[in-house]
Amino acid sequence: MINRKLTNFKQTNIISIYIGIFLIFLSLIFLFLKSFINIDLLSFLPSSLKLIFYFSSGLLGLYLIRSEKSEIKIIDTINKNSNNNNLNGFLTLCILFLIILVTPFILSWFIFDANFSGNTKDECTGEGACWTYVKVWLNRFAYGLYPNEEQWRINLSFISLAILGCAGFFAKEKFKKYLTLYYVVIYPFISFLFIYFFISGGPIFFDFSYGIIAAVLSLIIGLFVPKKFKFYYFLIVPISIYIYLKYFLFYEELIELGKVNGFNWVETGAWGGLSLTFIVSFFCLIFCFPIGMMLALGRRSSLPVVKFFSIGFIEFWRGVPLITVLFMSAVMFPLFLPEGMFVDKLVMVIIAISLFEAAYVAEVIRGGLQALPRGQYEAAKSIGLGYWKMHIFVILPQALKLVIPGIANTFIALVKDTPLIFVVGLLEIVGMLNMAKTNPKWLGFAMEGYVFAGIIFWIICYAMSKYSYNLEQKYKTDR
Amino acid sequence: MKKIIPQLLTLILIFLIIGFFTFNANVNMSNRGMEFGYSFLKRAASFDIQFSLIEYSRESTYARAYLVGLLNTLLVAFSGIIFATFLGLFFGIARLSPNFLINRFAGFYVEFFRNLPLLLQLFFWYYAALRVLPLPHETEGFNNFYLTIKSLYTPSLVWQNLNIFLYLLIFAILLVFIVKNYLKKIQEKEGRQYPIVYISILILIIIPSLSLIFGISTFEVEYPVYKQLSKSSGTFIGGLAIPPEFISLFLALSLYTGTFIAENVRAGIEGINKGQKEAAASIGLNRKQILNLVVLPQALRIIIPPTTNQYLNLTKNSSLAAAIAYPDVVLVFAGTALMQTGRAIEIVSITMFTYLSISLSISIFMNYYNKKFSLTEK
Repeated sequence: MINRKLTNFKQTNIISIYIGIFLIFLSLIFLFLKSFINIDLLSFLPSSLKLIFYFSSGLLGLYLIRSEKSEIKIIDTINKNSNNNNLNGFLTLCILFLIILVTPFILSWFIFDANFSGNTKDECTGEGACWTYVKVWLNRFAYGLYPNEEQWRINLSFISLAILGCAGFFAKEKFKKYLTLYYVVIYPFISFLFIYFFISGGPIFFDFSYGIIAAVLSLIIGLFVPKKFKFYYFLIVPISIYIYLKYFLFYEELIELGKVNGFNWVETGAWGGLSLTFIVSFFCLIFCFPIGMMLALGRRSSLPVVKFFSIGFIEFWRGVPLITVLFMSAVMFPLFLPEGMFVDKLVMVIIAISLFEAAYVAEVIRGGLQALPRGQYEAAKSIGLGYWKMHIFVILPQALKLVIPGIANTFIALVKDTPLIFVVGLLEIVGMLNMAKTNPKWLGFAMEGYVFAGIIFWIICYAMSKYSYNLEQKYKTDR
Repeated sequence: MKKIIPQLLTLILIFLIIGFFTFNANVNMSNRGMEFGYSFLKRAASFDIQFSLIEYSRESTYARAYLVGLLNTLLVAFSGIIFATFLGLFFGIARLSPNFLINRFAGFYVEFFRNLPLLLQLFFWYYAALRVLPLPHETEGFNNFYLTIKSLYTPSLVWQNLNIFLYLLIFAILLVFIVKNYLKKIQEKEGRQYPIVYISILILIIIPSLSLIFGISTFEVEYPVYKQLSKSSGTFIGGLAIPPEFISLFLALSLYTGTFIAENVRAGIEGINKGQKEAAASIGLNRKQILNLVVLPQALRIIIPPTTNQYLNLTKNSSLAAAIAYPDVVLVFAGTALMQTGRAIEIVSITMFTYLSISLSISIFMNYYNKKFSLTEK
């Protein structure tokens, strides 16, 4: 009650508001001057009293301007949301002080005292960050140990894959119905070919390139073929184009070309940096989703064998940390392969991460399946749909829509998990940072490297979460 | 019954795959002269572990080394869980604050730490942030706490008859449960409320401190003391030395998991209908009663299951310790011990089984909790 009276009393007292504003500005400006321009107007006070001065003047000011209604609009808004009681005012002040104290430090470290020029460590003389380090090592951070003169292969494949990936957004209405097929089957296949034969390289590329050329050519021509003959057309023409290309047209020339100008084989151990992060997350994303979907369906299946297998599988992968899974794939799995058989490290890592994340995706999708009302299943059955048709056309589209945020979270977790592949000796960007850090020429710049990688990862993950939020809003339907 | 064929096929497929792998493993191991068995656990480990809660030396067995690793894992997981819960509660509530600055600050914390890979944060703390700290001979210290590049040295308690104190503590906890149930029964009978919280806190404080008052168990504070080794180097002796590996792991794990817990807390509090509070107020409950009897029980029902999941994630993520050489179960066992003995299958399976049993026991607890506290209507 007393408090109430006070505020009522203060409502009329405009002078106290002005004094309050003055006091707040006093404390903020003194602190600002001290931290930004290094002018300490309170140098005559001992340091403990300075702190008391800042807080007491700020708090008193906030207390004085607190009123139910003043004539000034800004003060009313401040009062309403950040100064409605003493605790809130105190926290507000703390955060303001924190911002004022930290900002100049961060700014000077990042920009004003930082070094950007030069190519050697000696040119980093400032107090702040040495961005020269990042600049010099940028190539390694992006491509790992991939040979410099071959890096255009990575660039080209990423650009073309990005263009192919965006193609779906610009597809005409006529092709919209094939989009799912494109993204689920064709696009992963094309990207696999790109990564395997283009980035990996080797003369074998040409052998497969015939197949791609044949497929693309026959698809383009196929658009003009009357509907009646389409089936037979696609049965015969692609293979004949392939055979023609391979055995009649360019055979000898291309073999020669492949030997002379063919891409050098770059083993996966040399891949690294950000491009490896992209490759690993891309393939794991593609593979873990369908596996997870099947596991989710399996867990809700009425067949006991399938059900218990799925439960066991999911609980196993969810119960162990990813790092032990990678350990397993590195040291234990080779023992389980037939003699002489060798699986590439990268392939093994992709399989391991996909299976691991698939278990999480499965649980997310199961949540969506459980949230659907039983009527949906019954309605789908009553119009005579079988198990697969019911799930593909009725259940899954609705369930997946419900769990977009959960799936996005799993995917973000996947991207954040990729640095763990250092366990098997693959160095993506964080691994490369650790390698660069121990280089005798560039000791002592760990901070810059981690900040740099942090910015990149943060942008990727934040963009993913915002995109998933947009998707969620787009597909939100009232039910 | 008609679906027996697909099931049989699945079974056969699974057995074929397992059989294939087992066969290969047998062939490979016999080729390399390896044999399967867990007898190596009894052999002497003959490697050192930097940080251990129990007595351990080079002569100890592999089983002992495993125990050291397990205890280290549990230690970092437990302390991380406590701090992460604190952070999560604080920032989760702060995110709902009407105060613009607090709200944004909490939002910044959540978005910032959630979107960075945990491994990167771990490396940042270990290789970048904690490397700025002074050397032991340059540090000034703060109230007998010395934060140096080598360790954080703090005063430690040297106990006499600690076990009696601990027994009394356990007894006090049991007593709290009994008293709580008893008071609830009385409350149901008489309709009067008893200050259960205060009574339990009193019991928890008084009973264990009895042993201190009567001098059965005593403790002394041991302070770290600086000892000069040479002109420009020195170290601290005595007290408790917390290694930087532990500090960075602890910070990274709790800051990272705290963001997820904050989101859970926020979702839990937001998930309660405004009408619930208004209804509670309309039947005459005061603010504290509304919070304790209406808001919290419902919010906790939403908050606790995903938060337990986060605790589990934190425990599993503590295995990243292997990256910065904190001797947890993965580093000690799947790292050093595996390298020495070469028994990949046994060691990896033990490590995985450890984590599996932790997470399965937590999920059994979760199922129990869900059954007990889920809404019975609908």
